[in-house]
Amino acid sequence: MAKIKLREIAHARSGDKGDILNISLIPYEEKDYEVLREKVTPEKVKEQFGSLVKGEVKRYDMDNIKAFNFVFHNALDGGITQSLRVDRHGKTLSFKLVDMEIEM
Amino acid sequence: MVDTLRIGTGAGYSGDRIEPAASIAKSGDLDYLVFECLAERTMALAHLRRLSDPDSGYDPLLEERLRLVLSPCVDNKIKIITNMGAANPLAAGKKTRSLLNEMGHACLKVGIVLEDDILDAMVDSDFSVLKEPDKIHEIRDKIISANTYLGASPIIELLKSKADIIITGRTCDPSLFLAPMMHEHGWKDDDWDKIGFGITVAHLMECGAQVTGGYFADPGYKNVEGLANLSFPIAEIFANQEAVITKLPDTGGEVSLRTVKEQLLYEVHDPSSYKTADGIADFTKIKLEEKGQDMVKISGGGGRARPAYLKVNIGFRNGFLGEAQISYGGYGAKNRAQLAAQILMKRFADLKLDFEALRFDFIGSGSLWPGGSPSISNEIRLRVIGRARIRKDVEKLCNEVEALYTNGPAGGGGVTRSIEENIAITSAFIPREIVTVQTKILGEENGQD
Repeated sequence: MAKIKLREIAHARSGDKGDILNISLIPYEEKDYEVLREKVTPEKVKEQFGSLVKGEVKRYDMDNIKAFNFVFHNALDGGITQSLRVDRHGKTLSFKLVDMEIEM
Repeated sequence: MVDTLRIGTGAGYSGDRIEPAASIAKSGDLDYLVFECLAERTMALAHLRRLSDPDSGYDPLLEERLRLVLSPCVDNKIKIITNMGAANPLAAGKKTRSLLNEMGHACLKVGIVLEDDILDAMVDSDFSVLKEPDKIHEIRDKIISANTYLGASPIIELLKSKADIIITGRTCDPSLFLAPMMHEHGWKDDDWDKIGFGITVAHLMECGAQVTGGYFADPGYKNVEGLANLSFPIAEIFANQEAVITKLPDTGGEVSLRTVKEQLLYEVHDPSSYKTADGIADFTKIKLEEKGQDMVKISGGGGRARPAYLKVNIGFRNGFLGEAQISYGGYGAKNRAQLAAQILMKRFADLKLDFEALRFDFIGSGSLWPGGSPSISNEIRLRVIGRARIRKDVEKLCNEVEALYTNGPAGGGGVTRSIEENIAITSAFIPREIVTVQTKILGEENGQD
């Protein structure tokens, strides 16, 4: 089985609200929606982010537009007004998600 | 009522580019131009400015933006709606009034939305903040602001009073766009499917160029042309719950399924339940179609009744932040940066600096996420940031980083330093009945007072 990085088949964008981070994951081609659903589980994603995310990771599936929304709780060092991180919003973290490897 | 309504975004955040707003005001065939300029941090900073000067606390770019768009908006009969009032909508209204008089547009009416102070009511009623139930009492003497996320209704009231320019403070971002949709199309405030649809379109518009190709490019994967010449988005909204998002021709960027999908999920938690003061939108029922070059049609969608509670952001003094950086280059850069960090930690302890939080980052080697960047980089920037109750402690942090010039490892350079008071934001939910809002029209006669 070939390993690929998610970035080869999908794109992503981060957003923040308080201490909660969300990252969309959108296949370039709608046919890859099912393989992403199977391979990119919230558990795997939580593992990918390690110590950055203290809380739960939840995935919302959007069958209507063939996209996923990952929501990361307790993930932004207290949120934009309190965090000491370089990237207080977590805006760069979409590229941490698409750097994840899956087996095709 | 109109058949179609055209709304353009004039800004997607307070520091956004200014010229694209003038371009769509001139040639976007708009009915409304909406400037969305508030974020949690922006609001906190606005309150800090107002504390030092009671006539400030509104968006610093208000005047520059209005000077650029007023003439085309008057020529093309475009109404302006904005939350640039930030922490002081009344002062923003007065400033706008005097600007209109000066520029020969004295006949235009300025409408402002003012929220009554709710802090005392909140404390008396013992409302708890979102995450830490006891905190509202604990932080009471440090609180500098409490602002409710208001909905579309005060804006609609001002539109009915024929206001040409409407200035609000903290209002839900989508409400700024939803208000003209409800007003012009006569959507009832309990027609939840239409409101949910309107919120969805508003959500796509509120971040400006993020839906027209900005914040999207990834060379080799997502190529986007002309990012230096992006168009802000234009939405054409039909009364029957359909809309098209597009942009000006002959500009950079793109409006496509992929840009719209990314923006639809931006800052969203449960996509079937996107909550605002006006209603709850269900993004999982929306249909998206590309209808032509840079035209995406949105249809369907749905909504549910507005929540009984409104969100309030509470700003409180949270000590001082001091940050300083220094770079190391060439062979052994990381080793020397690490040595510098060890020296600083020892110095901070010897000087008995009292930090509530302290952080060291090695920029160029995993500062964004562990293992995220190659550690073979031959240049490293050490970043040190601390938060302390006392300003002097963070001043000393910065001094100690600077003093690495003469006391630290070899070859450190390019020190930068900054200190700011930290205004933190926390949230609460309160019953909408305890919030009172006033609207006010500043006519020709209320120039200055």
